[in-house]
Amino acid sequence: MSEKINDSNFEPRRHWMGVLARADLADLERHWKRENGGVHYRHLRPPETGLVMARGRAGGNGQRFNLGEMTVTRCSLQFPDGIVGHGYVAGRDRRHAELAAAFDALLQRPERQEQVKQHVIHSLEQKYIAEKEDRSKKAAATKVDFYTMVRGEDAS
Amino acid sequence: MYVAVKGGEKAIDNAHQYLAEERRGNADVAELTLEQISEQLSHAVSRVMAEGSLFDSELAALAIKQARGDLIEAIFLIRAYRTTLPRFGYSEPIDTAAMALDRRISATFKDLPGGQILGPTFDYTHRLLDFALAAEGLTPEPAEKTVETLDADMPRVLELLNDEGLIEPAVKEEELADSSVGDLTREPLEFPAGRDLRLQNLARGDEGFILSLGYSPQRGYARNHAFVGEIRIGEVAVEFSPEELGFSIEIGDIKVSECETVNQFQGSKKEPAQFTRGYGLAFGHCERKVISMALVDRALRWQELGEDKVAPVQDEEFVLSHSDNIQATGFVEHIKLPHYVDFQSELELVRRLRANALQEQMEAAE
Repeated sequence: MSEKINDSNFEPRRHWMGVLARADLADLERHWKRENGGVHYRHLRPPETGLVMARGRAGGNGQRFNLGEMTVTRCSLQFPDGIVGHGYVAGRDRRHAELAAAFDALLQRPERQEQVKQHVIHSLEQKYIAEKEDRSKKAAATKVDFYTMVRGEDAS
Repeated sequence: MYVAVKGGEKAIDNAHQYLAEERRGNADVAELTLEQISEQLSHAVSRVMAEGSLFDSELAALAIKQARGDLIEAIFLIRAYRTTLPRFGYSEPIDTAAMALDRRISATFKDLPGGQILGPTFDYTHRLLDFALAAEGLTPEPAEKTVETLDADMPRVLELLNDEGLIEPAVKEEELADSSVGDLTREPLEFPAGRDLRLQNLARGDEGFILSLGYSPQRGYARNHAFVGEIRIGEVAVEFSPEELGFSIEIGDIKVSECETVNQFQGSKKEPAQFTRGYGLAFGHCERKVISMALVDRALRWQELGEDKVAPVQDEEFVLSHSDNIQATGFVEHIKLPHYVDFQSELELVRRLRANALQEQMEAAE
């Protein structure tokens, strides 16, 4: 089967892969236990840790430059029906990459997609968003209004 | 010249065993965990990630533990480790405008859309030792929270000036046209280096060196009168396009610090008077580093802006060749290793010169 998903279709997959990459391992294990349906997969590429060079832009939106590397672990696996799942996750957790790939494959099964999206992806994303929002609210509490003072000698 | 020596294996083994014992310190004191280091010494971890040029807080914590807190030694360990891993590729450029902010301040505009966000800062502390921290078991009050999150719209401060045309644009057509991006982990640095290589070099350069260089234009060596237009600290998503997918995916978030300076510029024959920019970006929470980096970046742009070269901070070859603390410490520290043969020949030479001089004196006296 073709691995490449056509353009009109890759946005949902892009989204779930981004959510899976940021999930906690314990959450992924828990969800996988419940959702895997006894599927056996084989590794096309066993979990492997490597580097991605992260890039920035001068001024935030100008000339590109290489900022520095980050550790990334990837894994590719295949279900008996031929579906291929890929996992790319920041860090060095091999099991995280493997489970991300397994869910990526599971989510490509049309009959499972909606359910897994709701039960797994949505719940992982809500947790991620809640953590982000919590941090944002702490930052928002430090929002400051500075008043400029007129110096004595300048006052007229 | 350093020459290989033989022997000493037993002494070296014993020295390393002694080191391991000293690293552990008093065994009655609890051993440090990596979590303790990454949670409670997070600025040290940031520095090791930035200058080790590898974003991985767990590895940085391990390196700090192994190096007994010697951060340059820790950076050395990280640089050595990265060479053992394959490179999967390059990310899409991170979008710092979309950063999940911990902190965002400007020294140039008081009232900003989105506001000034102090975040977890040392600023405005009194720099008095807090003896309460010497006592263990104190849990700080949880940080205050607002009901609402930060504004979603946090425009770049310098874009406000850009709207009026008062500052040079960040995006230059000729730079965008050139699609290649230099990578000094792949090719040796050659001069003149472009701004891409300069920024990569500075981002991983030694904080102390960059700080001192950044200080120099403030003191009048190639003065360029900088203001901090904006500092942003927070997390950004990293996007990567694996070949097998054919589209980009987010692989995680990284914490970065960013600084943009607004600098004076008198104008030249080509350009009307307008403000110019310096840029700093590095891994982790490292505000001092990125402010310094922006000052040095701006100074290094003298040629492009038609300024005179009058100070070391503008000398690209000098700055980029001496910023890397691993290269520097390698060469500086290697002189402690056995140079016996080299030194013997120097010793011979000095003895001969002295003997010759004495001979000449005696002959002159006769």
